[in-house]
Amino acid sequence: MRDQPHARHAIGDVILRAEGISLRFGGVQALTDISFEVREHEVLAIIGPNGAGKSSMLNVINGVYHPQQGTITFRDRSARRMSTHDAALAGIARTFQNIALFKGMTVLDNIMTGRTLRMRRGVLAQALYLGPARREELEHRAVVERIIDFLEIQAYRKTPVGRLPYGLQKRVDLGRALALEPSLLLLDEPMAGMNLEEKADMCRFVLDVNEQFGTTIVLIEHDMGVVMDISDRVIVLDYGRKIGDGPPDAIRANQAVIDAYLGVVH
Amino acid sequence: MGRDPEEILEATLDTFPRLLLHHAKVRPNHPAVREKDLGIWQTWTWRQAADEVRALACGLAAQGFARGMHLAIIGDNRPRLYWAMAAAQALGGVPVPMYQDAPAAEFVFVLNDAEIAYAIAEDQEQVDKLFEARPQVPSLQHVYYDDPRGMRNYTDVLSFEKLQKLGREFDAAHPGFFEQQVDAGDAGDISVMLYTSGTTGKPKGVCQTHRAFIEAARGGIEFDRLTADDSVLSYLPMAWVGDHLFSFAQSYVAGFSINCPESAETVMNDMREIGPTYYFAPPRIFENLLTQVTIRMEDAGVLKRRMYAYFMQVARRCGAEILSGQQVSTADRLRYAIGNLLVYGPLRNVLGMSRIRVAYTAGATIGPDLFRFYRSIGINLKQLYGATETCAYACLQPDGAVKLDTVGLPAPGVELKLSDHGEVLVKGPMLLQAYYKRPDETAEAIDRDGFFHTGDAGLFDGDGQLKIIDRAKDVGRLANGALFAPNYIENKLKFFPYIKEAVAFGHGRDTVCAFINIDLSAVGNWAERRNLPYSGYTDLAGKPEVYDLVRECVEQANAELAQDPALADSQVQRFLILHKELDPDDDELTRTRKVRRRFIAEKYAVLVEAMYAGRDRQHIATEVKFEDGRRGVIAADLRIENVRTLSTTLPKAA
Repeated sequence: MRDQPHARHAIGDVILRAEGISLRFGGVQALTDISFEVREHEVLAIIGPNGAGKSSMLNVINGVYHPQQGTITFRDRSARRMSTHDAALAGIARTFQNIALFKGMTVLDNIMTGRTLRMRRGVLAQALYLGPARREELEHRAVVERIIDFLEIQAYRKTPVGRLPYGLQKRVDLGRALALEPSLLLLDEPMAGMNLEEKADMCRFVLDVNEQFGTTIVLIEHDMGVVMDISDRVIVLDYGRKIGDGPPDAIRANQAVIDAYLGVVH
Repeated sequence: MGRDPEEILEATLDTFPRLLLHHAKVRPNHPAVREKDLGIWQTWTWRQAADEVRALACGLAAQGFARGMHLAIIGDNRPRLYWAMAAAQALGGVPVPMYQDAPAAEFVFVLNDAEIAYAIAEDQEQVDKLFEARPQVPSLQHVYYDDPRGMRNYTDVLSFEKLQKLGREFDAAHPGFFEQQVDAGDAGDISVMLYTSGTTGKPKGVCQTHRAFIEAARGGIEFDRLTADDSVLSYLPMAWVGDHLFSFAQSYVAGFSINCPESAETVMNDMREIGPTYYFAPPRIFENLLTQVTIRMEDAGVLKRRMYAYFMQVARRCGAEILSGQQVSTADRLRYAIGNLLVYGPLRNVLGMSRIRVAYTAGATIGPDLFRFYRSIGINLKQLYGATETCAYACLQPDGAVKLDTVGLPAPGVELKLSDHGEVLVKGPMLLQAYYKRPDETAEAIDRDGFFHTGDAGLFDGDGQLKIIDRAKDVGRLANGALFAPNYIENKLKFFPYIKEAVAFGHGRDTVCAFINIDLSAVGNWAERRNLPYSGYTDLAGKPEVYDLVRECVEQANAELAQDPALADSQVQRFLILHKELDPDDDELTRTRKVRRRFIAEKYAVLVEAMYAGRDRQHIATEVKFEDGRRGVIAADLRIENVRTLSTTLPKAA
């Protein structure tokens, strides 16, 4: 018998703090003075209409974009200009709205690419498959196999990703991000374009990641049902500004959010 | 007495736990179980398996499980679940494997009927169902699970590891306990309780003794000369009698290894990696495999497609004959050998059937093309016949005498006869001891002479092979006293792709007449290729060209019926094509799409009368229900046609 519906790691201290983030592309103000916090082990959703700056916000967090103002502090390390490499090294992984996988490579190899950062041996040692490189490869393979088992994609291990249906590709994309063994996982619309069953599966995997590995999750999602169901906290963006921040129930009742996003009859 | 040592040994190895300990002693390092886990095949030897069973049995004992109790086992084919069976048996308890895909509501009946207090479940999904059922199952006390995923926050359950740890402690504190428990076992003890599917009424628990399953396993092993070096893929539900015979009983008797696939979706891949030598599957799985091959061949390049088409034609002509050791011309043998190199060999490899020596199918009628396909590419596919009540062991087809429409000769040790009504009766050591807590039904199923009434109607062919023709209760008699097996006739007709449903009439009549439903997509396609315009089912069904097409099919079916003296009188004399498709919404079919013959006979009494009165046209108007609930009437003038019948010919070997 379960103690509670989602018994999990207790939500802890702040691990990521965004302060006064502003981002411009030429004359376009993508983000304006945005501040928020992410706490350890929580599931945080970022919602907002198209063009609100949700994906830009994720890109700022993992160093793809560098904001003109403001800082990101991740585990006591502040940076205005963090590189994607630094972000990954620090334990931030992400998936992409338009699946970023190597279509011609197998599921196994694609997830293995997620291990690249954790590989210690030099290119030469790996190419020659020397003893230590070989041992290392086996260790990485073991991690990848656990992910394959976790995501229940054993049947597609050797299938080229391009031949898989969309919902499964999304799952592999998640697997590739998990291969980094991240402490913070950024998911950019993990359920976009999925049918009901695929969505339910994906929800379960997201919650399982959070529950079993204690991974902190920041996700962008449009399906309000999903958002209200699985997140601990919701941040609402509109035209690059933050207009709401709080638990799902409070967001649902927030008039500014309702006007901007959840829908009113004009 | 002059008994050889092997016989004496066999006599002492009369329970499954004793067989397990025997293998652990004589072939300790021989693989007993393999399972693919995290992408790698893990192997347990017989010694390791025996250790696992021992720890588990002692753990159960420490938890209070004792002689005579029942242990529910629920999940996919996992080594630990197979060990749980042996562990329960070692303590003198009875494993009760249950269908893992049943919803919680269906668990309730079996759990209550078997008075389950202890249950081992594979994973969170099964544990959740057990807990959902628990409020209605007061007896259920102890639940254990194999896969820890998602189980972190469950209370009131114990993991398999913890149970075995308790067992090892118990074992250390009670030396000799395990051996003593195994020694206390008797061949006449119940070894397993398998529930019948319950298509007719509530499921019944079939109690089988160690002796019954061991005898059935031994008979099959000798019949097909299986050894400890064989291997099987264990992928069919553990609650099903077939899996229990092949993956448990025969493995324990012969000492061969079983292989558990990684998941239900990876079975085909795992099979290719393992390359089993012994294989069992219902016809539907063989059909799926063939469909996949066909689809992939259609995607292949022109050269490969042509090669495949040519050599499959060669195989159809002579492959099955070569496999059965019949005479084939040298030129054909040469062609087949080349085909074997280029097509059949690689194809067997893709199917994971390269090493198969013996493959069986049972459980439903297999289509002639399907059966011939596998045999023609060199796979020794055979048929068997049995029931849960006979340990899936009654008839087997011997190598070299495989026929499409029989289920083989009575298996070693099985006595088989037909009742006056044509019902198949079997007797032998493999019969059930009883239905659990149903003395009335047990007495009904096993007669005073010890014969089990299978409920199937059958015939013996010229070579003494049994042919199952129908359910006994559906079989009737023609006016001249000849056997009338409507299902058999209907199945013969339904094997033609153009015929979707058929309903045969003839009980108490002089001749057999039939209603036909054409298959709209198959016949529609055929009509389009002939530029035959039609507006819908009723229109298409009434076309003279379609009548000609169907008449050819019926004549072919008649030719096959004519080969069997007992069924020659059942040739279809007249038929009509119904103006509407038979539909479960109109109560003409059951939800599982079986024809409700009596209901149809009453509803279309006018048509039946017209057929027997010799009229060649009949008007009919039928009320139908549409999907949206509206009602309407379909009316048509139906043509009734005569079909050529043949006099009995000499049977031809398949």
